[in-house]
Amino acid sequence: MSLSGNLFRTSIGRKFLMAVTGFILIGFVTGHLVGNLQVFGHPDKINGYAHFLQSLGGALWAVRLVLLAAVMIHVWAAVTLTLDSRKARGTEGYDVRRWIRASVSSRYMRLSGLVVLAFIAYHLAHFTLGTVQTDNFKGQLAPYAMAADFHLLGFPVVAKGEAVADVYSMVFLGFANPWVSLFYVVAIGLLTVHLLHGFESMFQTIGWKSSTWAGWLRGVAVAFCLAYLAGNVAIPGLILSGAAKPAAGTTAAERLAAPTSTDPR
Amino acid sequence: MAKLDSKIPSGPLAEKWRKHKSEIKLVNPANKRKYEAIVVGAGLAGSSAAATLAELGYKVKSFVFHDSPRRAHSIAAQGGINAAKNYQNDGDSVYRLFYDTLKGGDYRAREANVHRLAEVSVNIIDQCVAQGVPFAREYGGLLANRSFGGAQVSRTFYARGQTGQQLLLGAYSALSRMVGQGAVELFTQEEMCDLVVVGGQAKGIITRNLVTGEIRRWAADAVILATGGYGNVFNLSTYARGSNTTAIWRAYKRGACFGNPCYTQIHPTCIPVTGDYQSKLTLMSESLRNDGRIWVPKRKEDCGKDPASIPEADRDYYLERLYPSFGNLAPRDIASRAAKRVCDEGRGIGETGLGVYLDFSEAINRLGEAAVRERYGNLFAIYQEITNENAYRTPMRIYPAVHYTMGGLWVDYNLMSNVPGLFVLGEANFSDHGANRLGASALMQGLADGYFVIPYTIGDYLASQKPGSRPSADGPEFREAEANVRGMNQRLLGANGTQPVSHFHKRLGHIMWQYCGMSRTREGLQQALRELATLREEFWATVKVPGSADTLNQSLEKAGRVADFIELGELMCLDALTREESCGGHFREEHQYPDGECKRDDERYAHVAAWEYQGPGKEPLRNVEPLNYEFVKMSLRNYK
Amino acid sequence: MVAAGSPKTISVTLRVWRQAAPNQAGRFVDYPARDVSPNMSFLELLDVVNDQLTVTGEEPIAFAHDCREGICGTCSLVIDGKPHGPHQGVASCQTYLRSFSDGAVITVEPFRAQPFPVVRDLVTDRSAFDKIQQAGGYITARAGSAPDANAVPVPKADAELAMDAAQCIGCGACVAACKNASAMLFVAAKVSHLGLMPQGQPERDRRVLAMVNTADDLGFGSCTNQYECSAACPKLISHDFIARLNRDFIGATFRSGFAATPANTGGGAG
Repeated sequence: MSLSGNLFRTSIGRKFLMAVTGFILIGFVTGHLVGNLQVFGHPDKINGYAHFLQSLGGALWAVRLVLLAAVMIHVWAAVTLTLDSRKARGTEGYDVRRWIRASVSSRYMRLSGLVVLAFIAYHLAHFTLGTVQTDNFKGQLAPYAMAADFHLLGFPVVAKGEAVADVYSMVFLGFANPWVSLFYVVAIGLLTVHLLHGFESMFQTIGWKSSTWAGWLRGVAVAFCLAYLAGNVAIPGLILSGAAKPAAGTTAAERLAAPTSTDPR
Repeated sequence: MAKLDSKIPSGPLAEKWRKHKSEIKLVNPANKRKYEAIVVGAGLAGSSAAATLAELGYKVKSFVFHDSPRRAHSIAAQGGINAAKNYQNDGDSVYRLFYDTLKGGDYRAREANVHRLAEVSVNIIDQCVAQGVPFAREYGGLLANRSFGGAQVSRTFYARGQTGQQLLLGAYSALSRMVGQGAVELFTQEEMCDLVVVGGQAKGIITRNLVTGEIRRWAADAVILATGGYGNVFNLSTYARGSNTTAIWRAYKRGACFGNPCYTQIHPTCIPVTGDYQSKLTLMSESLRNDGRIWVPKRKEDCGKDPASIPEADRDYYLERLYPSFGNLAPRDIASRAAKRVCDEGRGIGETGLGVYLDFSEAINRLGEAAVRERYGNLFAIYQEITNENAYRTPMRIYPAVHYTMGGLWVDYNLMSNVPGLFVLGEANFSDHGANRLGASALMQGLADGYFVIPYTIGDYLASQKPGSRPSADGPEFREAEANVRGMNQRLLGANGTQPVSHFHKRLGHIMWQYCGMSRTREGLQQALRELATLREEFWATVKVPGSADTLNQSLEKAGRVADFIELGELMCLDALTREESCGGHFREEHQYPDGECKRDDERYAHVAAWEYQGPGKEPLRNVEPLNYEFVKMSLRNYK
Repeated sequence: MVAAGSPKTISVTLRVWRQAAPNQAGRFVDYPARDVSPNMSFLELLDVVNDQLTVTGEEPIAFAHDCREGICGTCSLVIDGKPHGPHQGVASCQTYLRSFSDGAVITVEPFRAQPFPVVRDLVTDRSAFDKIQQAGGYITARAGSAPDANAVPVPKADAELAMDAAQCIGCGACVAACKNASAMLFVAAKVSHLGLMPQGQPERDRRVLAMVNTADDLGFGSCTNQYECSAACPKLISHDFIARLNRDFIGATFRSGFAATPANTGGGAG
């Protein structure tokens, strides 16, 4: 069979594609989280960073296409493998069924995957496309004027005083809604569960795992997932609890100060 | 009267096989595909033969009653495989292996066959390693060996305690390769029910598909039986439940002579019987005797007591007492009979009184429990799994059990029976082991026959057959044989009696074990023959086989096999009765030295008894093939 | 001899899957077994029940078995939801009644998977495993052509690891236990055993590609790395071998995808 045949048709080939795309997506969500955590710094940080990303143009689209393709391949492989496996199990099931040692996270990969997929759709609609919670969307907010020159890896990318989209306020305003935050936290929780199995599974599928260091890998996976969960929950958690307040002078600070502005509509 | 020509080549012992190979007829490569061979059975001998013949270009059909060739009972052999490689530089040689095997067999095997076996043993190891068999190795990467079964050199190759499994999987992989290439047609769950003889030559078989019940006729240019041993005639044995005599028994009834049926190997270290529900006796590796001490109480009254409460002075370490130089490592037949004797004296232990202690307390004190665990941990675990007893705390209970049958269909040097075109390999034939088989020799023989003997010798027969002369499977002989099989099945299903097959199998086992087991007497064997005749009649009158012949019907399968076992039992007793001597696995109480050892009679019994079927109800004919020892002097087998 | 403290006999009820033929509907039937020895093996209990059924004129329960010492891989029962019964590292035939409590209702089902169709009652057709083997589970070594056995040293660690994999008894418990009915542990055991030996290198890529593709074609599912297979395996073969299989397969996929192909694969002059 050809290379593409072995990759796209065989079970291990498709599992390999899931592992590789899973790896890309883990890399993305990790980077994404690190970027987002800048919301707890000076508004210049996240707004300057967001402006830089937007200014990449074609490169941004390339990255987006890679991510989109990764999601699509990941989902396609999951769906086709699941269907094949259902068929393999046969029509007559066991009357008594018990798990021997499969981890809890591994048993709910399909469920957690589906919720995460729904979440991604919502999340893009919320913060990228602006088709939900439209009045909080960055396009609807007054532009933000940079307080200082913004450097990334030492290179100046946005000049002082330049007007950029106010992502900072968008995030604060978006998470001020408890329902949005709750959905976000639940989805992140399930994504963490998904990653808990996915992270280790990836190593097994690529063939880099052995019992010699499986315990160590498990530790890393759990630590990574906990850190990921903590970082992601921190954003809505701190905003909603009021522990993190928007910087004075930003649109978010103004709106949240007004009693009606907690209701986005 | 059958013509028994052993066809042993002339010339010096070490030259016979080489000379024979260069003198026998060959089949032209282009003609090989015109010949078709049927191979029944897919253990070590059957799988290796089918694969090798297909590699040579013959068309091969392979039949197994199992659901896969890999299930054959060769898989259960634990200890290892002998080969005269002399990798240990300890003085081994082809001659030594030959001599040990011949002596171990109590001088009742053919010199030429045994020498050939020792010669090709070295090729077997090469072949198996090339196939990827993961033999034990030393740190330098070369093959490891151990000494086994009391041998004075380390010539046994092994793969943990699963040597048989690994060798069988090697042969199975070779067979699978040829099946994948279409060179072998594999028929699983297809049991041979009859041999078809056309014009005095074996030209086909009749099978029953065990799933659909379909009876089918198969024609071929030659038929090879590699269907294993018949120890299940004793019902309880270390054999797999499915192991049976049907293929060779029905070949016997078609004219193939049965050689030395009474030679039975009883293994001394098995877990004793616990109840009448028992289906299987489990072998505990012989290696346990390296560190375990065997004993029974000196007094009958102590037998029911907790062994820990019996003081040293009241214990009888009878092997150490009787055989001071070999002690607990005395050969299998000798250790087994000694256990029987002490139990017969009423000093056996356990609920049934048929057991002796194998005690590790001395070894645990000497080496520490950790060291014993390292050596035997898996065996202790198996023992605990089966008996629920912890052998680190209390001695193991062991008792001898039937383990191997040296007898089988008579074959000549070419492994062909007296029916031309019928070849018999492995445990199913009678050759090579004489009256007793040494440890780690069964695997060697099975693979020798399949990989290195039959590929040469079958050509000698086929070259005498015109290509395309194979008869049609629609011929009258085939139809008669098919009708015979159908008739037998109908008789079994139609008996509509009251007793399940297992009832008769258990009774058969009791009779055989009591009268034709570890030790035999004239009166006992005569009694057994009377009881077996009754059992046979009762079987056919009162057996109950539910279901039909047109589906998977395990009762019907068992019934056919047990029917054959009962008849075979009669032949075994007859053979044991007429062999008025003791040798190896055949011990007649009338023929023993004062110390209880086997007393051979080389004057009168240095021969093979090859029994020839004479028809139902008629006493079979005892043909004789004299064993001419040209190179080795028959001597007393002494292990003291 | 029953160990101190254990009951003399126990009574249990077997709840057994009965199915007369592949295409017929099956159902569970209860068979009480009274006052049986706890030292009896599970298969011996089935023997006893079958003898009773025979005497009463019913058809006995068909079940696959042979060696009864855990090495042939024929026995194949799912007992109370676990292939080969409650214990780890044993086959059905090595399961004893002392593992069950007095009065227990024990559910006995066949191994289930689409590539293992039920033949009758508890007997399934596992010939799919043979087909995987035939696709490449071997080292091509014609009898008579082998070099001396010590010509190629094999590091002890490799030989031992190969032996760990080679212990597979081909029973199919891995498939039965897997929610996807995946045969990966079986394939991995074979591929790893042969791939760890120097003798297995020439055919290594070809072997893994052929065996995995055949397993897929036969309808086995994919591996979701839950390791139920290795937990149910009577020989406790490690799922590490599945990782090795994956690595071998992916490597072989890329190597074969980019390797140059010889212009002429035919024989010599003839």
